[in-house]
Amino acid sequence: MTLHQKIFALFVGIGVFVVILEMVRSKKLEEEYSFLWLIVGLGIVVLVLWEGLLKWLTDLIGATAQTTTIFIFGLVILILINLHFSIKITKLSKQVKEITQLVAILRINDIEKR
Amino acid sequence: MSLKSEGKFVVIVPAYNESGRIASTIAGIRKFSEANIIVVSDGSLDNTADEARQSGAVVIELSFNLGYGAALQTGFKYALKKGYQFAIQMDADGQHDPAAIPALIEPVLKQEADVTIGSRFLGKNEYKSPFFRRAGIIFFAFIASLLTGKKVTDPTSGFQALNRKVMELYASDEYPVDYPDADVIIMLHRRGLRFIEVPVTMKRVIGKVSMHSGLRPFYYTFKMLLSIFVTLLRGKGGGRI
Repeated sequence: MTLHQKIFALFVGIGVFVVILEMVRSKKLEEEYSFLWLIVGLGIVVLVLWEGLLKWLTDLIGATAQTTTIFIFGLVILILINLHFSIKITKLSKQVKEITQLVAILRINDIEKR
Repeated sequence: MSLKSEGKFVVIVPAYNESGRIASTIAGIRKFSEANIIVVSDGSLDNTADEARQSGAVVIELSFNLGYGAALQTGFKYALKKGYQFAIQMDADGQHDPAAIPALIEPVLKQEADVTIGSRFLGKNEYKSPFFRRAGIIFFAFIASLLTGKKVTDPTSGFQALNRKVMELYASDEYPVDYPDADVIIMLHRRGLRFIEVPVTMKRVIGKVSMHSGLRPFYYTFKMLLSIFVTLLRGKGGGRI
Protein backbone atom coordinates (compact mmCIF):
# COMPACT_ATOMS: atom_id res chain seq x y z
CA MET A 1 0.00 0.00 0.00
CA THR A 2 1.18 3.50 -0.79
CA LEU A 3 1.41 6.07 1.97
CA HIS A 4 -1.46 7.92 0.33
CA GLN A 5 -3.71 4.85 0.55
CA LYS A 6 -2.62 4.17 4.12
CA ILE A 7 -3.47 7.67 5.27
CA PHE A 8 -6.89 7.49 3.70
CA ALA A 9 -7.68 4.03 5.14
CA LEU A 10 -6.48 5.07 8.61
CA PHE A 11 -8.60 8.20 8.39
CA VAL A 12 -11.72 6.14 7.56
CA GLY A 13 -11.00 3.44 10.17
CA ILE A 14 -10.36 5.86 13.01
CA GLY A 15 -13.29 8.02 11.89
CA VAL A 16 -15.75 5.12 12.07
CA PHE A 17 -14.37 4.01 15.42
CA VAL A 18 -14.59 7.44 17.02
CA VAL A 19 -18.06 8.24 15.66
CA ILE A 20 -19.49 4.91 16.89
CA LEU A 21 -17.86 5.31 20.30
CA GLU A 22 -19.35 8.77 20.64
CA MET A 23 -22.80 7.45 19.67
CA VAL A 24 -22.59 4.77 22.36
CA ARG A 25 -21.45 7.33 24.89
CA SER A 26 -24.39 9.62 24.12
CA LYS A 27 -26.71 6.59 24.12
CA LYS A 28 -27.78 7.05 20.52
CA LEU A 29 -26.61 3.52 19.86
CA GLU A 30 -26.86 0.45 22.05
CA GLU A 31 -23.64 -1.38 22.88
CA GLU A 32 -25.10 -4.47 21.23
CA TYR A 33 -25.39 -2.74 17.87
CA SER A 34 -22.07 -0.95 18.11
CA PHE A 35 -20.00 -4.11 18.37
CA LEU A 36 -19.77 -5.00 14.69
CA TRP A 37 -19.35 -1.36 13.68
CA LEU A 38 -16.41 -0.96 16.03
CA ILE A 39 -14.83 -4.06 14.53
CA VAL A 40 -15.03 -2.44 11.08
CA GLY A 41 -13.14 0.64 12.27
CA LEU A 42 -10.67 -1.23 14.42
CA GLY A 43 -10.08 -3.91 11.78
CA ILE A 44 -9.20 -1.38 9.12
CA VAL A 45 -6.72 0.34 11.45
CA VAL A 46 -5.11 -2.98 12.41
CA LEU A 47 -4.81 -4.09 8.80
CA VAL A 48 -3.21 -0.84 7.74
CA LEU A 49 -0.70 -0.74 10.59
CA TRP A 50 0.15 -4.46 10.67
CA GLU A 51 1.48 -4.90 7.18
CA GLY A 52 2.48 -8.57 7.70
CA LEU A 53 -1.07 -9.58 8.54
CA LEU A 54 -2.45 -7.69 5.56
CA LYS A 55 0.03 -9.35 3.25
CA TRP A 56 -0.74 -12.80 4.68
CA LEU A 57 -4.49 -12.24 4.33
CA THR A 58 -4.09 -10.93 0.78
CA ASP A 59 -2.20 -14.07 -0.22
CA LEU A 60 -4.74 -16.23 1.60
CA ILE A 61 -7.76 -14.91 -0.29
CA GLY A 62 -5.83 -14.65 -3.55
CA ALA A 63 -6.26 -10.91 -4.02
CA THR A 64 -3.66 -8.99 -6.01
CA ALA A 65 -3.89 -5.65 -4.26
CA GLN A 66 -3.76 -5.17 -0.52
CA THR A 67 -6.44 -2.49 -0.77
CA THR A 68 -8.81 -5.18 -2.05
CA THR A 69 -8.33 -7.13 1.17
CA ILE A 70 -9.33 -4.13 3.25
CA PHE A 71 -12.27 -3.52 0.95
CA ILE A 72 -13.46 -7.13 1.21
CA PHE A 73 -13.00 -7.10 4.97
CA GLY A 74 -15.28 -4.08 5.22
CA LEU A 75 -17.82 -5.64 2.88
CA VAL A 76 -18.01 -8.91 4.81
CA ILE A 77 -18.55 -7.09 8.08
CA LEU A 78 -21.28 -4.96 6.45
CA ILE A 79 -23.03 -8.11 5.28
CA LEU A 80 -22.85 -9.49 8.81
CA ILE A 81 -24.25 -6.26 10.23
CA ASN A 82 -27.17 -6.43 7.79
CA LEU A 83 -27.82 -10.04 8.60
CA HIS A 84 -27.83 -9.15 12.26
CA PHE A 85 -30.46 -6.48 11.53
CA SER A 86 -32.61 -8.88 9.50
CA ILE A 87 -32.61 -11.32 12.39
CA LYS A 88 -33.51 -8.54 14.80
CA ILE A 89 -36.29 -7.26 12.55
CA THR A 90 -37.74 -10.76 12.29
CA LYS A 91 -37.74 -11.07 16.04
CA LEU A 92 -39.21 -7.61 16.55
CA SER A 93 -41.96 -8.25 13.98
CA LYS A 94 -42.89 -11.41 15.77
CA GLN A 95 -42.98 -9.62 19.10
CA VAL A 96 -45.05 -6.76 17.67
CA LYS A 97 -47.50 -9.31 16.23
CA GLU A 98 -47.81 -11.10 19.57
CA ILE A 99 -48.33 -7.85 21.49
CA THR A 100 -50.86 -6.52 18.98
CA GLN A 101 -52.85 -9.75 19.17
CA LEU A 102 -52.72 -9.77 22.94
CA VAL A 103 -53.80 -6.14 23.23
CA ALA A 104 -56.70 -6.77 20.85
CA ILE A 105 -57.84 -9.80 22.85
CA LEU A 106 -57.49 -8.00 26.19
CA ARG A 107 -59.40 -5.04 24.81
CA ILE A 108 -62.31 -7.25 23.87
CA ASN A 109 -62.48 -8.76 27.36
CA ASP A 110 -62.60 -5.20 28.62
CA ILE A 111 -65.59 -4.42 26.41
CA GLU A 112 -67.34 -7.63 27.48
CA LYS A 113 -67.00 -6.73 31.18
CA ARG A 114 -68.55 -3.32 30.75
CA MET B 1 -76.99 -33.90 15.20
CA SER B 2 -78.70 -30.58 14.78
CA LEU B 3 -76.25 -27.97 13.67
CA LYS B 4 -78.65 -25.19 14.53
CA SER B 5 -78.33 -26.01 18.20
CA GLU B 6 -74.61 -26.66 18.01
CA GLY B 7 -73.15 -23.98 20.20
CA LYS B 8 -69.69 -25.32 20.74
CA PHE B 9 -68.14 -24.05 17.57
CA VAL B 10 -67.30 -20.54 16.61
CA VAL B 11 -67.00 -18.86 13.24
CA ILE B 12 -63.85 -16.76 12.84
CA VAL B 13 -63.90 -14.10 10.14
CA PRO B 14 -60.75 -12.06 9.49
CA ALA B 15 -61.70 -8.76 7.88
CA TYR B 16 -59.74 -5.89 6.40
CA ASN B 17 -61.73 -2.93 5.13
CA GLU B 18 -64.91 -4.90 4.54
CA SER B 19 -67.35 -2.12 5.33
CA GLY B 20 -70.55 -2.68 3.36
CA ARG B 21 -69.88 -6.39 3.01
CA ILE B 22 -69.29 -7.60 6.55
CA ALA B 23 -72.93 -7.22 7.70
CA SER B 24 -74.26 -9.39 4.89
CA THR B 25 -71.52 -11.96 5.47
CA ILE B 26 -72.57 -12.20 9.13
CA ALA B 27 -76.25 -12.40 8.17
CA GLY B 28 -75.33 -15.18 5.75
CA ILE B 29 -73.57 -17.17 8.47
CA ARG B 30 -76.58 -16.75 10.78
CA LYS B 31 -78.81 -18.40 8.19
CA PHE B 32 -76.87 -21.63 8.50
CA SER B 33 -75.61 -21.66 12.04
CA GLU B 34 -76.23 -20.22 15.45
CA ALA B 35 -72.56 -20.35 16.32
CA ASN B 36 -70.90 -17.31 17.82
CA ILE B 37 -69.16 -15.17 15.25
CA ILE B 38 -65.79 -13.55 15.86
CA VAL B 39 -64.73 -10.87 13.44
CA VAL B 40 -61.06 -9.93 13.56
CA SER B 41 -60.68 -6.48 12.08
CA ASP B 42 -57.11 -6.38 10.80
CA GLY B 43 -56.43 -2.70 11.32
CA SER B 44 -59.35 -1.75 9.08
CA LEU B 45 -59.53 1.94 8.21
CA ASP B 46 -63.28 1.94 7.57
CA ASN B 47 -66.35 1.00 9.62
CA THR B 48 -65.78 -2.76 9.48
CA ALA B 49 -65.54 -3.14 13.26
CA ASP B 50 -68.65 -1.05 14.03
CA GLU B 51 -70.73 -2.75 11.37
CA ALA B 52 -69.68 -6.17 12.65
CA ARG B 53 -70.53 -5.19 16.23
CA GLN B 54 -73.94 -3.89 15.15
CA SER B 55 -74.55 -7.23 13.49
CA GLY B 56 -73.91 -8.91 16.82
CA ALA B 57 -70.46 -10.39 16.25
CA VAL B 58 -67.70 -10.38 18.81
CA VAL B 59 -65.16 -7.98 17.34
CA ILE B 60 -61.43 -8.18 17.90
CA GLU B 61 -59.75 -5.05 16.66
CA LEU B 62 -56.06 -5.19 15.80
CA SER B 63 -54.38 -1.82 16.20
CA PHE B 64 -52.83 -2.09 12.77
CA ASN B 65 -52.73 -4.35 9.77
CA LEU B 66 -50.86 -7.55 10.59
CA GLY B 67 -51.81 -9.63 7.57
CA TYR B 68 -54.42 -12.28 6.83
CA GLY B 69 -52.72 -15.15 8.67
CA ALA B 70 -51.97 -13.11 11.78
CA ALA B 71 -55.54 -11.79 11.93
CA LEU B 72 -56.93 -15.29 11.64
CA GLN B 73 -54.49 -16.48 14.27
CA THR B 74 -55.77 -13.82 16.67
CA GLY B 75 -59.21 -15.38 16.31
CA PHE B 76 -57.83 -18.83 17.11
CA LYS B 77 -56.00 -17.56 20.16
CA TYR B 78 -59.20 -15.99 21.42
CA ALA B 79 -61.27 -19.10 20.65
CA LEU B 80 -58.77 -21.30 22.50
CA LYS B 81 -58.85 -18.97 25.46
CA LYS B 82 -62.64 -19.11 25.48
CA GLY B 83 -62.56 -22.90 25.44
CA TYR B 84 -64.15 -23.52 22.05
CA GLN B 85 -63.60 -27.06 20.79
CA PHE B 86 -64.29 -26.37 17.12
CA ALA B 87 -64.01 -23.46 14.76
CA ILE B 88 -64.87 -22.43 11.23
CA GLN B 89 -62.69 -19.93 9.45
CA MET B 90 -64.19 -17.97 6.66
CA ASP B 91 -63.49 -14.84 4.63
CA ALA B 92 -65.40 -11.63 5.24
CA ASP B 93 -65.81 -10.52 1.66
CA GLY B 94 -68.62 -12.87 0.68
CA GLN B 95 -66.39 -15.14 -1.38
CA HIS B 96 -67.32 -18.15 0.74
CA ASP B 97 -70.87 -19.42 0.58
CA PRO B 98 -72.05 -19.98 4.18
CA ALA B 99 -74.40 -22.73 2.95
CA ALA B 100 -71.34 -25.00 3.11
CA ILE B 101 -70.84 -24.49 6.86
CA PRO B 102 -72.85 -27.59 7.93
CA ALA B 103 -71.03 -29.80 5.42
CA LEU B 104 -67.66 -28.44 6.52
CA ILE B 105 -68.15 -28.77 10.26
CA GLU B 106 -69.84 -32.16 10.25
CA PRO B 107 -66.78 -34.39 9.64
CA VAL B 108 -64.89 -32.44 12.31
CA LEU B 109 -67.70 -32.75 14.86
CA LYS B 110 -67.96 -36.45 14.09
CA GLN B 111 -64.19 -36.71 14.53
CA GLU B 112 -63.73 -38.09 11.04
CA ALA B 113 -61.16 -35.38 10.41
CA ASP B 114 -59.19 -32.83 12.40
CA VAL B 115 -59.70 -30.23 9.73
CA THR B 116 -61.86 -29.91 6.65
CA ILE B 117 -60.82 -27.63 3.81
CA GLY B 118 -63.45 -26.20 1.52
CA SER B 119 -62.43 -26.74 -2.07
CA ARG B 120 -63.89 -24.66 -4.87
CA PHE B 121 -62.60 -27.17 -7.40
CA LEU B 122 -64.28 -30.31 -6.10
CA GLY B 123 -67.64 -31.31 -7.49
CA LYS B 124 -69.65 -29.10 -9.75
CA ASN B 125 -68.28 -25.64 -9.55
CA GLU B 126 -68.24 -22.64 -11.72
CA TYR B 127 -65.51 -20.75 -9.99
CA LYS B 128 -63.58 -18.82 -12.57
CA SER B 129 -60.20 -17.55 -11.55
CA PRO B 130 -57.63 -15.54 -13.47
CA PHE B 131 -55.15 -17.69 -15.38
CA PHE B 132 -52.05 -17.07 -13.24
CA ARG B 133 -53.99 -17.52 -10.05
CA ARG B 134 -55.36 -20.82 -11.30
CA ALA B 135 -51.92 -21.93 -12.47
CA GLY B 136 -50.49 -21.13 -9.04
CA ILE B 137 -53.23 -23.07 -7.28
CA ILE B 138 -52.74 -26.10 -9.56
CA PHE B 139 -48.98 -25.99 -9.02
CA PHE B 140 -49.17 -25.86 -5.23
CA ALA B 141 -52.05 -28.32 -5.13
CA PHE B 142 -49.80 -30.72 -7.02
CA ILE B 143 -46.90 -30.21 -4.60
CA ALA B 144 -49.19 -30.59 -1.58
CA SER B 145 -50.73 -33.77 -3.04
CA LEU B 146 -47.29 -35.17 -3.78
CA LEU B 147 -45.94 -34.50 -0.30
CA THR B 148 -49.00 -35.58 1.65
CA GLY B 149 -50.04 -38.51 -0.53
CA LYS B 150 -53.59 -37.20 -0.50
CA LYS B 151 -55.60 -35.42 -3.12
CA VAL B 152 -55.38 -31.69 -2.56
CA THR B 153 -57.22 -29.48 -5.02
CA ASP B 154 -57.48 -26.13 -3.27
CA PRO B 155 -54.59 -25.44 -0.88
CA THR B 156 -55.29 -21.69 -0.88
CA SER B 157 -58.75 -22.10 0.59
CA GLY B 158 -59.41 -20.01 3.67
CA PHE B 159 -62.74 -21.75 4.22
CA GLN B 160 -62.04 -24.45 6.80
CA ALA B 161 -63.48 -26.19 9.83
CA LEU B 162 -61.11 -27.39 12.50
CA ASN B 163 -60.89 -28.86 15.95
CA ARG B 164 -58.92 -27.72 18.97
CA LYS B 165 -55.77 -29.65 18.04
CA VAL B 166 -55.55 -27.81 14.74
CA MET B 167 -56.46 -24.52 16.40
CA GLU B 168 -53.48 -25.00 18.72
CA LEU B 169 -51.18 -25.50 15.73
CA TYR B 170 -52.64 -22.47 13.98
CA ALA B 171 -52.21 -20.39 17.13
CA SER B 172 -48.53 -21.33 17.36
CA ASP B 173 -45.44 -19.70 15.92
CA GLU B 174 -45.48 -22.16 13.04
CA TYR B 175 -48.46 -20.50 11.41
CA PRO B 176 -47.60 -18.02 8.65
CA VAL B 177 -48.63 -14.40 9.24
CA ASP B 178 -49.40 -13.62 5.61
CA TYR B 179 -51.11 -16.20 3.43
CA PRO B 180 -51.40 -19.74 4.76
CA ASP B 181 -51.37 -22.13 1.81
CA ALA B 182 -49.88 -25.47 0.81
CA ASP B 183 -47.22 -25.08 3.50
CA VAL B 184 -49.88 -25.34 6.21
CA ILE B 185 -51.42 -28.43 4.59
CA ILE B 186 -48.00 -30.11 4.54
CA MET B 187 -47.50 -29.04 8.15
CA LEU B 188 -50.84 -30.62 9.10
CA HIS B 189 -49.90 -33.84 7.37
CA ARG B 190 -46.52 -34.04 9.04
CA ARG B 191 -48.09 -33.48 12.45
CA GLY B 192 -50.36 -36.45 11.81
CA LEU B 193 -53.47 -34.26 11.68
CA ARG B 194 -56.17 -35.61 9.38
CA PHE B 195 -57.53 -33.29 6.75
CA ILE B 196 -60.16 -33.78 4.10
CA GLU B 197 -61.43 -31.52 1.36
CA VAL B 198 -65.12 -30.75 1.11
CA PRO B 199 -66.69 -29.19 -1.98
CA VAL B 200 -67.82 -25.62 -1.42
CA THR B 201 -69.02 -22.78 -3.59
CA MET B 202 -66.90 -19.68 -3.92
CA LYS B 203 -67.78 -16.52 -5.72
CA ARG B 204 -65.44 -13.98 -7.19
CA VAL B 205 -65.83 -10.77 -5.32
CA ILE B 206 -66.42 -7.74 -7.48
CA GLY B 207 -64.89 -4.39 -6.71
CA LYS B 208 -62.11 -5.64 -4.51
CA VAL B 209 -58.39 -5.49 -5.09
CA SER B 210 -57.09 -9.02 -4.90
CA MET B 211 -54.51 -9.74 -2.27
CA HIS B 212 -52.62 -11.50 -5.03
CA SER B 213 -52.06 -8.68 -7.50
CA GLY B 214 -49.15 -6.86 -9.11
CA LEU B 215 -45.74 -8.33 -8.51
CA ARG B 216 -46.94 -10.25 -5.48
CA PRO B 217 -47.51 -13.56 -7.30
CA PHE B 218 -43.77 -13.80 -7.96
CA TYR B 219 -42.82 -13.05 -4.40
CA TYR B 220 -45.61 -15.30 -3.22
CA THR B 221 -44.53 -18.27 -5.34
CA PHE B 222 -40.98 -17.93 -4.10
CA LYS B 223 -42.06 -17.51 -0.49
CA MET B 224 -44.34 -20.54 -0.66
CA LEU B 225 -41.65 -22.78 -2.15
CA LEU B 226 -39.22 -21.69 0.53
CA SER B 227 -41.84 -22.15 3.21
CA ILE B 228 -42.63 -25.68 2.01
CA PHE B 229 -38.93 -26.50 1.83
CA VAL B 230 -38.21 -25.38 5.39
CA THR B 231 -41.37 -27.08 6.64
CA LEU B 232 -39.85 -30.30 5.31
CA LEU B 233 -36.46 -29.48 6.81
CA ARG B 234 -38.00 -28.95 10.22
CA GLY B 235 -39.07 -32.57 10.35
CA LYS B 236 -42.17 -34.16 11.71
CA GLY B 237 -42.18 -32.72 15.18
CA GLY B 238 -41.79 -29.17 14.00
CA GLY B 239 -38.27 -29.36 15.34
CA ARG B 240 -37.89 -25.73 16.21
CA ILE B 241 -35.09 -24.80 18.54
